[in-house]
Amino acid sequence: MIYNLPYIAAGLIIVIGIITMVAKKDLIKIVMGLALVESGVNLFLVATGYIEGGIAPIFTNAGSERMVLPTVQAMTLTNIVIGIATTAMLLSFIMIIYKKYKTTDVTKVGRLKG
Amino acid sequence: MNLRKYVSAIIVVVLAVFFLLTTTGLEFGNPKNTQMDSYMTDNGQQMAAVNNIVSGVVFDFRGFDTLGEATVLFTAVLAVSLMFRKRKEEEDYEYE
Amino acid sequence: MNMSKIVRITADVILPFILVFGFYIIIHGHLTPGGGFQGGAVIATGIVLMFVAGRFDDIKKKFSLSALKNTESLGLLLFILTGLLAFTIGATFFYNWLANGGFIFGDAVAYGSNAGFFNTAGTIPLMNIAVGIEVIGAMGIIILYMLSGISEEEA
Repeated sequence: MIYNLPYIAAGLIIVIGIITMVAKKDLIKIVMGLALVESGVNLFLVATGYIEGGIAPIFTNAGSERMVLPTVQAMTLTNIVIGIATTAMLLSFIMIIYKKYKTTDVTKVGRLKG
Repeated sequence: MNLRKYVSAIIVVVLAVFFLLTTTGLEFGNPKNTQMDSYMTDNGQQMAAVNNIVSGVVFDFRGFDTLGEATVLFTAVLAVSLMFRKRKEEEDYEYE
Repeated sequence: MNMSKIVRITADVILPFILVFGFYIIIHGHLTPGGGFQGGAVIATGIVLMFVAGRFDDIKKKFSLSALKNTESLGLLLFILTGLLAFTIGATFFYNWLANGGFIFGDAVAYGSNAGFFNTAGTIPLMNIAVGIEVIGAMGIIILYMLSGISEEEA
């Protein structure tokens, strides 16, 4: 059980992110909860591809011949860039909402004009 | 109002148990299927002539994913630049 | 929005080192860890440092909005062009048409651990440079729009 520590840490970060998204009332804190969930997913992806005693998959001045899996690291690179794009768009939405309603409380911006 | 808090607490507890239960079935440092990655590390230096296997995977073996990622970045910048435009004289545009 | 004198002088002194480090990470993507996305993020951090340390009005002439938009579109077009040029050989889209060829980036690599040689790896350095240019343009546009939205100025 003690050897699964990276997986337990990734699961805990995801759960803390979900709790932040559900229980907070400020818009910026909800977006930070979403960023926490994405960080936890990236950590879980990279921890999946570890081989015991392996080095980074780079052949320049390499020490040994045992390498970790490189496909998972490529997926994590793509996921980080997609996270940046999503967070930038959400934060610009929040700025436009603040300009119109003068508040960022999520219970007060729920008006629909008929 | 209290009913909403209790239902959301129960859902969060169910999700937490589900996320933390999958960690007991995996084994750290011993993945099961490594055939595709063994093929990439054995033949990457000859087919793509590159020393950094991760760059070879990102740009040569799986180039379509990188094309999709560049498009997602471009679309996000397009959306941000659409939110901050200047408005001309439009109708139906009044806020109290 | 003026920072103190120490911050402004330190930003002026340290900016060339940040730019050189970012270009090194981009261009050596096929030998050491790094590549297009990471190096582009480092260079964009250098540009944001100049925006934040109090020289917003001086930089707005050089790094104006239309210049950054042209940069980003040029980067994405270069990336697609590098993939489309594989049709002249007769292969599929995104085929590595320069590797093991001997033309511009086309030496062969010995098997196993070796000291890295720069002249290898085909179309991968060209794709690294294209993606680096695109990421610089994208990060610059996002930061410029958000800063002008905060301070109620024109972009």
